[in-house]
Amino acid sequence: MGCFCSYVPEEILVAGNILPVRVLGSHEPQNVTEPYLFGMYCPFCRDVLAQGLKGRYDYLDGITLSQSCLHIRQSFIAWREHVEVPFNYYIYMPNKVQTKAATPYLKTEFEKYKAHVEEVVGKELTDDDLDRGIAALNRNRELMHKVYEYRKGDTPMLTGLEAMYMTVSGMWVDKDEHSAEMEKVLEQLPDRQMIRDTGTRLLVVGSENDDTAFIDMVESVGATVVVDDHCTGTRWFWNSVETGDDRINSIADRYIKRPPCPTKDWEERWRFPHILQLCKDFNVEGAIVIQQKFCDPHECDIMPLRKTFDEANIPSLFLEFDVTVPIGQFKVRVEAFLEMFGVDDLF
Amino acid sequence: MQYKSEALKCWDKAKELRDKYYSDYATAHERGGIRWTGGAWSFDAIPYGLGDDVYPLTGEPYAASIAFMKDFSIECLEATEAKGWARDLCSYMRNYWGSMYLNKWAFGGPFPKADFAWQDHICCTHGKWDQHVAEYEKIPYFCIDVSVGPYQDIDEPKLKYVVDQMHEGIEFLEKATGREYDDEKLIQAVNNECRLTSTWAEICLLNKHKPAPLDEKSMYSLYVFGTLSKAKKEFADFYEEIRDEMKDRIERGIAALPEERCRLISDTQPPWAFLKVFRYLEKFGAVSVGSLYTFALVGIWEDKPDGTWGPRTTPAQAGIKIETRDQALRILADWNLSKPEWQHFYDPTIKTRMMKRIYDEWDLDGVMLHLNRGCEGLSCGIMENHYGLTQDDVPVMSFEGNMGDSREFDEARTMDRIDSFMERLDLKKIS
Repeated sequence: MGCFCSYVPEEILVAGNILPVRVLGSHEPQNVTEPYLFGMYCPFCRDVLAQGLKGRYDYLDGITLSQSCLHIRQSFIAWREHVEVPFNYYIYMPNKVQTKAATPYLKTEFEKYKAHVEEVVGKELTDDDLDRGIAALNRNRELMHKVYEYRKGDTPMLTGLEAMYMTVSGMWVDKDEHSAEMEKVLEQLPDRQMIRDTGTRLLVVGSENDDTAFIDMVESVGATVVVDDHCTGTRWFWNSVETGDDRINSIADRYIKRPPCPTKDWEERWRFPHILQLCKDFNVEGAIVIQQKFCDPHECDIMPLRKTFDEANIPSLFLEFDVTVPIGQFKVRVEAFLEMFGVDDLF
Repeated sequence: MQYKSEALKCWDKAKELRDKYYSDYATAHERGGIRWTGGAWSFDAIPYGLGDDVYPLTGEPYAASIAFMKDFSIECLEATEAKGWARDLCSYMRNYWGSMYLNKWAFGGPFPKADFAWQDHICCTHGKWDQHVAEYEKIPYFCIDVSVGPYQDIDEPKLKYVVDQMHEGIEFLEKATGREYDDEKLIQAVNNECRLTSTWAEICLLNKHKPAPLDEKSMYSLYVFGTLSKAKKEFADFYEEIRDEMKDRIERGIAALPEERCRLISDTQPPWAFLKVFRYLEKFGAVSVGSLYTFALVGIWEDKPDGTWGPRTTPAQAGIKIETRDQALRILADWNLSKPEWQHFYDPTIKTRMMKRIYDEWDLDGVMLHLNRGCEGLSCGIMENHYGLTQDDVPVMSFEGNMGDSREFDEARTMDRIDSFMERLDLKKIS
């Protein structure tokens, strides 16, 4: 099942023995989306749609959107209209996660989605099935937390690039298989010898980001990405389902309480205290704030977020992403940014 | 054929009411009144329960006024950019924020600070717009999420989600203002809103007549009351006056454009600094008789028994007496969730069907799509609309622009595109 956005309740899919697959882009220039998506929408949503139009996800049995921003919503609709796929479903996920009405409402939306999944798989999902789905996701999340713990030390035991491969692969691979691999990794991490300098410890925060070439470049010039706030990273896995008697309610509550996307972060700001806590826990020295060009939700957060970083004495660098990023230019800017941290060593 | 034409009798009153609206807001505190800021789609009937001296400032029409004042608009946009905000964000929001940062009220004097912010959220911007206003002005803020899906899918849980937030909102209003809430005033306001928004649809319906009694450029000056305060009695009364004037114009054969020979609709907000686009169309005898935007940004519609589109029957017309707060809020939520201009946020094919319906029922010759870089909400799905309409053999032209940022509008190119479109419709300039 192709998942548009990280708010799709994967627990319900796994309960139905369906493989959730996050639909991502390919980071290649393309010209197939112009008839369906106006150019003012973000490159990520256009890159995603391009994959559908090019038939690169032709193995999908269905697609699901859990409502978030207008950008990815259009990719979903255009995919539904112009790419052959047997099933499609739109979950009207609330945008106001800060109201007490949100969880009861989302519960009803997830119940409808469960009925849809039952129709897809041709059988009823029992409480045991849901428990299995919840357990698989919770185990996977718990293991990712454990791996992230190894990034907190003076010498992080894995790079940001490796962490990105881990989380993004978790969005595509069977959860149990992914968890089994992570358990192997966790056995090896304590004894791992890192043969690189940690350099400056960075947080990467912002829009959807699976740009491995960018992270690799950053870590090649004297830095280590020790933590992130991305929907392809911590925002996706940070909290678990707290199981109660009403499984669907528990799942809904988890998605309401997870670290929010900016499009759902109002009236109060829940994101920023969480991000500052990540900085503290992972001993972050600086932040790279990235944004997919035209990403309105993040554009509305970037100024106050950078102000928050300033007030916490965390220097930040802002970079605007497109489908492809100008690695050479960004390298110069990242190097200049990192130079700030080594100024005491120079003089 | 040359039709008779004459100026709108309601024009001066429209200007007077609009001036009074902004003046009342700016001077509210002098009379002990309350000011709130929010959006054109905010549930403005609800704050009226705080009293008769509650004055709203809805951000979009205020920003549209700024956009019309090209030089001041540039000043506002640059002030927002100087703070570091992205240039591709909602241009209404950037104009509003700029006016706030500069402490300059578009109509003279300092920018009047609101007592609280009261917003609703359907696009990615609304909830964030007033989040920043509330932080900058240090005022309390409440926002109602209405993104529960298209009206055709509305069920009890979806309605309850919106109504529950409204109840929370009333608690917020009492806390923010220290005033006791009056349900009777809420009920009056809900009835006013239903009357105003249904009457506006009735006015738009009258534009089916050939020649059209009203052109879209004039409509912009009239539909605005539904965006300033759709629950205000004075405005609902005024819409009934406009409707009667339109009926009178039809009876007397008065046209908006004496040379009408081509009927069009546009889409999304216009580029406010370049309304001359509509005057240029007139050189070809082409009149824009409206748009889904002008018809249904505030107008509430329903399917009539004969299969046509018409003004939604109000609760009062249906003999429903609103007696409790909860009943009023449920009616208000249901009424707004049926707003045609909210439907495309979930599915552009619904909008395409509505546009095709207007094309057929208003007997049009073509559609002009404004690919509006200033509004991600109303431009959402617009290429699907383009695709869908052309699949239905509707003549469509598109032009890129920005409702609130004149730097993003290529006037010469747009006029050239209009020339080409007119040629395609076999129209030449009237000498």
